[in-house]
Amino acid sequence: MAFIDYYKTLGVPKTATEKEIKAAYRKLARKYHPDINPDDKEAERKFKEINEAHEVLSNPENRKKYDKYGKDWKHGEEYEKAQRQYQSQQRQQQSQYQGGGQSFGGGEDFSDFFESMFGGGGRASSRQSARFKGQDFNAELHLNLEDVYTSQKQVLTVNGKKIRLTIPAGVENGQVIKIKGKGGPGVNGGPHGDLYIKFIINNHTAFKREGNNLYKDVDLNLYTAILGGEVEIDSMSSAVKLKVKPETSNGTKVRLKGKGFPVYKKEGQYGDLIVTYHLQTPKNLSEREKELFKELQSIEK
Amino acid sequence: MMTEEHFISITTICRQYEIDFTFVDSLKRMGLIQVEIIEEDPCIHADHIGDLEKIIRLHQDLNVNLEGIDVVFHLLEKERALRNELNTLKNRLRIYESE
Repeated sequence: MAFIDYYKTLGVPKTATEKEIKAAYRKLARKYHPDINPDDKEAERKFKEINEAHEVLSNPENRKKYDKYGKDWKHGEEYEKAQRQYQSQQRQQQSQYQGGGQSFGGGEDFSDFFESMFGGGGRASSRQSARFKGQDFNAELHLNLEDVYTSQKQVLTVNGKKIRLTIPAGVENGQVIKIKGKGGPGVNGGPHGDLYIKFIINNHTAFKREGNNLYKDVDLNLYTAILGGEVEIDSMSSAVKLKVKPETSNGTKVRLKGKGFPVYKKEGQYGDLIVTYHLQTPKNLSEREKELFKELQSIEK
Repeated sequence: MMTEEHFISITTICRQYEIDFTFVDSLKRMGLIQVEIIEEDPCIHADHIGDLEKIIRLHQDLNVNLEGIDVVFHLLEKERALRNELNTLKNRLRIYESE
């Protein structure tokens, strides 16, 4: 737990007036507000920091205490004494206000430094707008490419609640799906929040994926490439026999229609599998083989 | 199918968010929210409550006026589309990354 310089957080001098603090807070809030920075964890963290700084510096009592004891929060009897006194004051104040007003879960978590200095009572103002709709939840689901080749049912636990989910085949890496009403409960009969699930698809297969198409590199024996023949390759679902034309050159691409990845939410439709042949030059040739290659070389000349 | 349950009366909304009816009316006039009349009662579809909350927060927390909110919403929509495109492009780039 480290000391937090709230003045630095807001970028104001220690002598800043209340008005200057407010202005600095507003400016930073406009930059980092979660509503204008969706899906940005860094902005969310910054916003929490400036909120906390504002919570302390905009409240004259909190600011006075912070200025006096802030740096010595860990040591010093004086601080301890002040802490006890402050807490009992807070308790009194809180009990006076008990029963008045609804508390709206704002999800504002403060740092340990803040908690140790001000406890729960430091959160004086309820800046968070009154809530009606429940909170939206965000979750990340990590899957392997093979997992999303077929649709599958999964049971997720989000905030202690079990959610049955069918993941459609062909879901894209980074895709976000919204599950209506599976977020936090509403307040005073308000609608439930929604659950947003972001899919992270890890690929440890020999295939590369681009949308619905799959790409695969296949080694091709020199003799098969020259004389033609057959190779057996594995597609995502089964083994496929491919006819290789004689005189196939290195880097030749073959498109296998419908052997790619399933198309999202279009059952029975698949992309293509694109195979690229990589010719293998024979190594450790025997004397006989060298001789024959030399003979071939002389014919070419 | 939409049912009545999915609509929330503006009276309830004004009470819950401590906002004035005129505020909701100006949002409607600016095309920021859609208001439907259900049995003579102006309502907002539950799916749009999230947007309404965002509008209220931008207005109250950041002092953004309605024209500004309109701009913010357009830019956010543009940003969302760009992020989707970026994601698609990033996924395509993976093809060229060596193992």
